[in-house]
Amino acid sequence: MNETLHSPDHHPYSLDEPHVEHPGYGTFIKVWAALVVLTFCLVGLSHVSQSYAVWGLLTLTPLKAGLVFYYFMHLKYEGSLFKIVILVTLGTLLIFFALLFSDVAFH
Amino acid sequence: MSGHVHRDDLGSRLGMWLFLVTEIVLFGGLFIGYSYMRYKYPAEFHHGGAELNATLGVTNTLVLLTSSLTVVLAIVAIQRAEKKRALAFLGTTLALGLTFLVIKSFEWGAKFHHGLYPNSPHLATLPPGEQVFFGLYFTMTGLHGVHVVVGLAVLSVMFWWVATDRVRQDRYIHLENSGLYWHLVDVIWIFLLPLFYLAA
Repeated sequence: MNETLHSPDHHPYSLDEPHVEHPGYGTFIKVWAALVVLTFCLVGLSHVSQSYAVWGLLTLTPLKAGLVFYYFMHLKYEGSLFKIVILVTLGTLLIFFALLFSDVAFH
Repeated sequence: MSGHVHRDDLGSRLGMWLFLVTEIVLFGGLFIGYSYMRYKYPAEFHHGGAELNATLGVTNTLVLLTSSLTVVLAIVAIQRAEKKRALAFLGTTLALGLTFLVIKSFEWGAKFHHGLYPNSPHLATLPPGEQVFFGLYFTMTGLHGVHVVVGLAVLSVMFWWVATDRVRQDRYIHLENSGLYWHLVDVIWIFLLPLFYLAA
């Protein structure tokens, strides 16, 4: 009994995915606090100047989204397949973005 | 392992993620459209952003971030077979989601009152760049609002299923997938805040 309950490496459902112990309440509360702080940083930067606001948008916003994806959406605890699916999607969007602006640049 | 039921939680989550990436592409297309239009009409977007209520935007961000936290805490509670706590967390999420919609309706109501709504006569008198700004604002926050309504409906079902033990410690994939959807709705709002409310 102890073996099945306390050995994360031999979980009955684990397939080839690495199995990690479920995180507790504390982890997520800390992430939430970080998200709130980052939101106020973003608001603060937007009051400094337009260029600070744009830099805040380009750095803090993806960071916040990353925290939600990685912790709240449990990507940290998923196998590489899930991460590849997300990265391929974001890569595709980036290609569309680059294609549009490469076109805009020559008009 | 008595009473083993064949199921594939990993496959369920992967299926949910595949759906979510189509949502990311849907909103991603709108974000790309936004960035081109902002590049084309920087002054008009700046002016349009100044007309929005940043305080309401930031408040709604905090409301959604907190609702995301309570969903993920509900999952932790279910994993620990703390049913009452899970119900309390889910109930809080539902209340916060409704709060978001109420704040949103006040915000849109004020815009309508000032003659700013899709296809309004007042909007037609504004410069083209501002018409584009408000067009994108109503489209993107409206589409996001629809997602909030759908998310609340799904989470209400989850509340019911937790209450009736259909979702429980050894079987909570439905709650996990509903949570994933809710978090994505939160992520989209994370981008909408600086793009519209902090654009000025």
